[in-house]
Amino acid sequence: MTTPPEPSLYAAREPIFPKRVKGSFRNLKWYLMALMLGVYYVTPFLRWDRGPSLPDQAVLIDLANRRFFFFMIEIWPHEFYFVAGLLIMAGLGLFLFTSAAGRVWCGYACPQTVWTDLFILVERWIEGDRNARLRLHRQKKLDFRKARLRLTKWIAWLLIGLATGGAWVFYFADAPTLAVDLVTGQAHPVAYTTMAILTFTTFFFGGFAREQICIYACPWPRIQAAMMDEDTLTIGYREWRGEPRKARGVGEDTQGDCINCMACVNVCPMGIDIRDGQQMECITCGLCIDACDEIMEKVGKPRGLIDYLALTDEPQEREGKPPRPVWQHILRPRTILYTTLWSAVGVALVVALFLRSDIEMTVAPVRNPTFVTLSDGSIRNTYEVRLRNKHGEDRPFRVTVKGDLTLRVELEGTPYETVTVPADAMLNQRVYVIAPKGSDPANSHRTEFRFWVEDISNGDRVHKDTIFNGKGN
Amino acid sequence: MSKPSKKIEGDPTTTGHSWDGIEEFNNPLPRWWLWTFYVCIIWGIGYTIAYPAWPGIKGATEGMLGWSTRANVAADIQAAEDKLAPINAKLEAAELTQIASDAELGPYATSAGAAVFKTWCAQCHGSGAAGAKGYPNLLDNDWLWGGDIENIYLTIKHGIRNEEDDEARYSEMPAFGDDYLEDEDIDAVVNYVMSLSGDAKDASVVSAGAEVFADECASCHAEDGTGDREQGAPNLADAIWLYGGDYDTIKETVTYSRYGVMPSWGNRLSEAQVRAVASYVHQLGGGE
Repeated sequence: MTTPPEPSLYAAREPIFPKRVKGSFRNLKWYLMALMLGVYYVTPFLRWDRGPSLPDQAVLIDLANRRFFFFMIEIWPHEFYFVAGLLIMAGLGLFLFTSAAGRVWCGYACPQTVWTDLFILVERWIEGDRNARLRLHRQKKLDFRKARLRLTKWIAWLLIGLATGGAWVFYFADAPTLAVDLVTGQAHPVAYTTMAILTFTTFFFGGFAREQICIYACPWPRIQAAMMDEDTLTIGYREWRGEPRKARGVGEDTQGDCINCMACVNVCPMGIDIRDGQQMECITCGLCIDACDEIMEKVGKPRGLIDYLALTDEPQEREGKPPRPVWQHILRPRTILYTTLWSAVGVALVVALFLRSDIEMTVAPVRNPTFVTLSDGSIRNTYEVRLRNKHGEDRPFRVTVKGDLTLRVELEGTPYETVTVPADAMLNQRVYVIAPKGSDPANSHRTEFRFWVEDISNGDRVHKDTIFNGKGN
Repeated sequence: MSKPSKKIEGDPTTTGHSWDGIEEFNNPLPRWWLWTFYVCIIWGIGYTIAYPAWPGIKGATEGMLGWSTRANVAADIQAAEDKLAPINAKLEAAELTQIASDAELGPYATSAGAAVFKTWCAQCHGSGAAGAKGYPNLLDNDWLWGGDIENIYLTIKHGIRNEEDDEARYSEMPAFGDDYLEDEDIDAVVNYVMSLSGDAKDASVVSAGAEVFADECASCHAEDGTGDREQGAPNLADAIWLYGGDYDTIKETVTYSRYGVMPSWGNRLSEAQVRAVASYVHQLGGGE
């Protein structure tokens, strides 16, 4: 018995040169790319008037002041559950789409896919289509032409990367101001560092790493596989129709529809052969469908040799029957459950958003000590009252108590019972509640009462129940 | 859904490893991954040379960059002090009575003072400033030496009955039990003092106690027992007792006297810190 040669456990990356393709999925991908890049680049420049003391940028993550602005919505840090809710919705949405139509996120919407697509487009403009790029790649000698093409391409990629990183920082500061600052060198070093990092990652991930990111760095392909089942529509090859494919030794009469033109392989950005079946590498971008449909039209065969298929249709398709309609695949308990959960979280968030008050009060009784005896024998409790004014203008708040009639309120630092909370700000006000000597609250252990805070300019008010600690027990 | 393709028909590549006849398919790792691994090793070696890493008997290697967490903390503290130097200078120059109403100094003095208080004062006065037996409660509106910001500042700066500081506030109550007053006089005066703010234990001796009080106590505690802040003599007519308002405690006070000492902080804290903590104490609820 001979020992087989020791195979290498490591493999070099096989460069991929996706060929240009036309078709409905390619068009869909162009539209989506334009839409998503457009939203990404334009959003920071949208304006939204919120009054004089608040930023007028429609979408702004204001880290310094810890606010998140999204059009008419303003999220304070203690309302971060809204963001958590949105993330949960994003997760459930991913479950829903994946269980219905496979890795559509990977194929159409993932930034890695969108930017790689854009980079390949630029590459094609500069270096030509697949064959020209292959020739350039195989040309060992670095002549003037190759150097020029490579340099042009890299510079174009770097500019795209720069714009990507640039757009990112605009979400964190006033975009027009920052744009001027960036150009004149006045911007914060963090902005430049962020841009530099994002420029490099965009350049490297979109230009060189490409499918390696999807295959080796990204956890989604593995997780998403768990959300797919036999009813999930995903890209497949109708091998019962295509095989035996055209090859030496396959007669004209026995040959299937596949003419082995390799069009599907040549357009694949992941460098796989979809005819081998579903693979971990496949991002279901649909370009092989377009490529195959084009060929099928040329050779006079019906389209759909490669198509969105569900595994459950295979037996009846083998018998020559048509597949079940799409909605029957999509409507199933799993997708209905995901949709229900997704909607429930969405409705809960919207309700929470509209129910939140624009004055917020928290009352924290000071328990160190629980009460103080004053020189006239009265008993005083102290409360840390935190008032949030979510309006764009200063508001005067009157603090009162309701409960035992002997209770009296004093505010620290002011002889009045009204404090002004500045626009879009939070105020910590120490509030004293005093029960006279011998009164019920002073002598009993605990007395419940209610704090009222009222905006005396418009009558908006909120309340909070709390406890007065007396000396008896 | 497709039958096995040509790739895995025939002999698939295996790693060549075989255990009990079980072989392993070879799914080669990308070579760049391997290089990443080597780069990490080189980085790791470089890192341990540049930064403190290798443990020795007396400590770890220091690293070529001389980086240390202690130095960083010291630098951070220095940076914070440098940053606060201007506002501290402003605090030192400000009128004491104007600090609280100053939009910039007021909040700064309060929060800086809170930090000073929790570091230096909380040991006796409690973290909530509620005091303890013998250590005044700073939250109430009763003050031995005065509760306006200037008096609080003086108390903190120089202390009370602190012999190391000539400017410290000083007064001393005599121990009346020391062959000075008879037991029944003490009993009477204690009952009288209790009657000032409530009920005496033995009402029948109150009038006798009033005479003792007028003779022996009124010079400091005032005729009506409301005390004298000039000499730190407590108000005996209010509801607040530093050591306790029950018969036994008051009797102990009269018999043996009290001598509470507070250190002076002017020589330990900076002027700005003293002013800050005075502002903090002043706004705790009893400031005048």
